[in-house]
Amino acid sequence: MTEQKQDAPLLEQEFTVEGGDFIHAGEVSSKIKRILKDIGISQEVIRRTAIATYEAEMNVVCHAMRGKFRLAITPDKLVIVVQDEGKGIEDIDLAMQEGFSTASEQVREMGFGAGMGLPNIKKNMDDLNVTSEVGKGTRVEMGIFTEQ
Amino acid sequence: MGVYNDMTLKDIVGKLEMRVETAEEGLQKEVTGGYVSDLLSDVMAQSKPGDIWVTLQAHPNIIAVASLKELAGIVIVQGRKPEEETLKKAHNEEIPILVSDLQAFEIVGRLYQMGISGMR
Repeated sequence: MTEQKQDAPLLEQEFTVEGGDFIHAGEVSSKIKRILKDIGISQEVIRRTAIATYEAEMNVVCHAMRGKFRLAITPDKLVIVVQDEGKGIEDIDLAMQEGFSTASEQVREMGFGAGMGLPNIKKNMDDLNVTSEVGKGTRVEMGIFTEQ
Repeated sequence: MGVYNDMTLKDIVGKLEMRVETAEEGLQKEVTGGYVSDLLSDVMAQSKPGDIWVTLQAHPNIIAVASLKELAGIVIVQGRKPEEETLKKAHNEEIPILVSDLQAFEIVGRLYQMGISGMR
């Protein structure tokens, strides 16, 4: 196996999430989970990825207008990039703190907006990189090694 | 390490007088533990596959959570009515929704008495 081959994704797929769509929220995470199951990713990696993708998906639904998920699977790693169009995050360090949330009262009453989203992603992924432009959108890149 | 053997949702429904709102075919699922919370992120982070989940949330996203976490079923407390879309999704995902008129504390206490634990 050459180095080059190892880096090239075996599978790449894109999904769209609509902001404010609480009816379909979670479906992209379910689709990703199914793909990971089908290709034989370990249960532990699937479990951790499901938590992270769910949180990223709910972030788009609760805070953005729409978002695009891109899943790339290489032999040793899963990488998921979420790019949304929305209000962006003013202070990323603050957003990473457990309990901090800008969610509306209505969204909180539904049990979202507990300020656990990004912290849950960080706990479950091997790497996480969040960049944001206020008024434009947020990009979340997260990766997890398939061998834990 | 439960003290019970192969407890199913059906056993629980029979004993605790809950209404089965949908996905009756899933009632033979084994319940291996329990979790109670109304915060979705918390359930995502802490619940375990096979848990029975006690909550007052009744909107469709609880099905996404239960399905992603492979929970056995959901108990909605205080007689709250699940939304139509919640029932539809629950049926598709085969996640039984049980409704109880009792409050969460009471339900969890009774489940615990039946041998269901939050510890693994």
